[in-house]
Amino acid sequence: MKTDNLVSLDNDNIATSYTTLIKQKELQKVVLVGNPNVGKSCFFNFMSGMYVDVSNFPGTTVSITKSHFQGNDVYDTPGIYGVGSFNDEEKVARDIILSADVILNVVNALNLDRDLFLTLQLIDMGKKVSVLLNFSDELKKRKIKIDTKKLSNLLGVEVYQTAAVDKLGFDKIGEAIRSARIGKQELDLHFLLNQVIEKSVPQSDSLLILEGDEAIAQKNNVLCGTADERERIYINRRNRVNEIVDLVEYEDSKKGEIFNQLGRLCLNPVTGIPILLFMLVLMYFFIGDLISQRVVNFTENKIGKDLFEYNIKSFTGNYTPVNVEVKILDNNGSVINDKTFNFPSGISANPILQKEFSELSKQNGAQSNFNFQNPFVKLFFGEFGVVTMTVTYLLFLLLPLVIGFYFVMALLEDSGYLPRLATMLDRSFNKIGLNGKAVIPIMLGFGCITMANITTRMLGSEREKSIVTAILQFVIPCSAQLAVIAALLSGAGFAPMMLYISVISTVLIVLSTALNKMLPGESSPLLIDLPMIRFPRMSNVFKKTFFRSFGFMKEASFWFFIGALAVGIMEISGMLSVWQDVLAPFTTTWLKLPKEAANAFVMGMVRRDFGAAGLFHMDLSVMQKTVSIITITLFVPCIASFVVMLKERGWKEGMMIWFGTWIAAFLVGGIVAQIVI
Amino acid sequence: MPNSTLDKAKKGNPFIVVKLPQGNIKSQLIRLGIVEGDTLKCIQRLPGGTIVVQKNRQEIAVGFDLAKKIHVIIQ
Repeated sequence: MKTDNLVSLDNDNIATSYTTLIKQKELQKVVLVGNPNVGKSCFFNFMSGMYVDVSNFPGTTVSITKSHFQGNDVYDTPGIYGVGSFNDEEKVARDIILSADVILNVVNALNLDRDLFLTLQLIDMGKKVSVLLNFSDELKKRKIKIDTKKLSNLLGVEVYQTAAVDKLGFDKIGEAIRSARIGKQELDLHFLLNQVIEKSVPQSDSLLILEGDEAIAQKNNVLCGTADERERIYINRRNRVNEIVDLVEYEDSKKGEIFNQLGRLCLNPVTGIPILLFMLVLMYFFIGDLISQRVVNFTENKIGKDLFEYNIKSFTGNYTPVNVEVKILDNNGSVINDKTFNFPSGISANPILQKEFSELSKQNGAQSNFNFQNPFVKLFFGEFGVVTMTVTYLLFLLLPLVIGFYFVMALLEDSGYLPRLATMLDRSFNKIGLNGKAVIPIMLGFGCITMANITTRMLGSEREKSIVTAILQFVIPCSAQLAVIAALLSGAGFAPMMLYISVISTVLIVLSTALNKMLPGESSPLLIDLPMIRFPRMSNVFKKTFFRSFGFMKEASFWFFIGALAVGIMEISGMLSVWQDVLAPFTTTWLKLPKEAANAFVMGMVRRDFGAAGLFHMDLSVMQKTVSIITITLFVPCIASFVVMLKERGWKEGMMIWFGTWIAAFLVGGIVAQIVI
Repeated sequence: MPNSTLDKAKKGNPFIVVKLPQGNIKSQLIRLGIVEGDTLKCIQRLPGGTIVVQKNRQEIAVGFDLAKKIHVIIQ
């Protein structure tokens, strides 16, 4: 302490170089910031190389990726049009930007007037900025000229021309970080910032406070600016942007005419609906057929059950009493051999029987059912064991599906199709109190409700989140359940299928219309930028898929374990069978189904496809099948979705939705049963 | 056609923005580049009334209910 003071008294220069030395030792925080679809992730992928750290920002799943580049920490942020708190993505980006040392602002050269708004805001924050002018290659094609030198002078920061596709200008990224500096701020605004806000508050915070960001005002314990003030600053900034664009951009071709015919075709329902159907067919073949049937059959049954669970269970069986039922099935799924082995003191204690068991259980078509006597062993390694079932479920069923879905979503996202789909469907969604953006979580719901529950965060208001969450839990069957439903319906003919679809659609319409009428407030209107339609870059798509799948597994896995533990405890404590008895009379008289169907409903609480799969083994008439799958579809979501829903929407709303699905399932299922059976 | 609202615009109509609705949505419109006094063009009007507008090289979709609140002069 003392020596430091002395040094600074004696010689300011030494002190400053001393502190800069310390500063250099700490890693600089470099943050990539830009509007959506400006190619930010291309830069991040280039800079990150192999090492990337994905984390979910506290409170959201907007994932933050962090890496190292030339001795700096580099952060990627979600695409934003301005720094603020209009939605979750903005809040996440805002907090990283506030703590940044250097900002690399990626700007789409083709949309200079839109993108520079963010640039000027970053400069007004007093941050060190360098601008990467991306899509420079496109400028030539479209006969647009941008005077980068003039732009750089006007902004007061360096501007580098880049083209992410050919990695043009990527060699300048290091230089861009080093040359980043505080740009030219508007004098009136800068003066105002110093006047209004106390000196102790950093300038970047001050600006956001003046622009009415309540969270930042609270953090610094000062009064927040008004919406009017923000508007004034915004209009002023918008005018500055327009002036700058007028000065630096020259266009040779006819102003504003770009050829984006495919994009327009996707918007117009006449052509857009056939395009959507075509996309859905492709998606069906990829996710519905390839992934959820072929891949998952292999991973879940061959790797998960036959390899992983079998080995872990027979290993555990060495140390604890167990009896194992081995069934040999032929190709048609009927039992040709059934033998039960008893190991009262563990498998390895009886080598002769062990040999026989291991030979039989390794035959083709063998299914081994381990029945552990010790309730705690059962809890962890039994049929619904926390270790056995959850791992199989997570890694060998859910993971392939999640990867498949995120892959398709990344393709759709990067091609610029999704905003057009949202636009085309906007009016239909308006009728149920949503805007077109809601199509994204609902589409994801057909993959996995848990995944979709998390995605509801992208919606604009609490009201919309509630409506979509309810729709997801009530009516959308997830892919695991869809597969079983499709199998049950396939032999049943045309009428049951139409009955199923029309009942479920009616519930969807009634439910969403009622919620739209009942819930207070207003839904946010559609306001969405339509990016260029372009061919997605596969390396980006793969990275995105990887990051998101990883992020999802990281977030959801814990809750799957908790759910499995809860059901396991219910099972060994006997509560599960109490439930079955409670439901049984209801099942027979009201739903007109056999008593055992109650098991399917209880299992449906754990995993939605368990519920539906239980119906396979029952001798049901066609209409009974239809009633039961209607009931199972409307019935509660799986345990993981349930927990994630509680976390997202709170206890009160979550429980209301959960009990609501009970009522809806039995009410609607029963009414249909009374009519058709 | 003076003092109309954006939902009345037809495909191909240029229009001048006269007044934007108040609140957060106004800030979002300004960020995207739609400001009072601007001249934009309606490039598509979907059945039901969702409007797609063009500003320079940028295309922005505006929901019907929002379009009803944007006062414009259609030229």
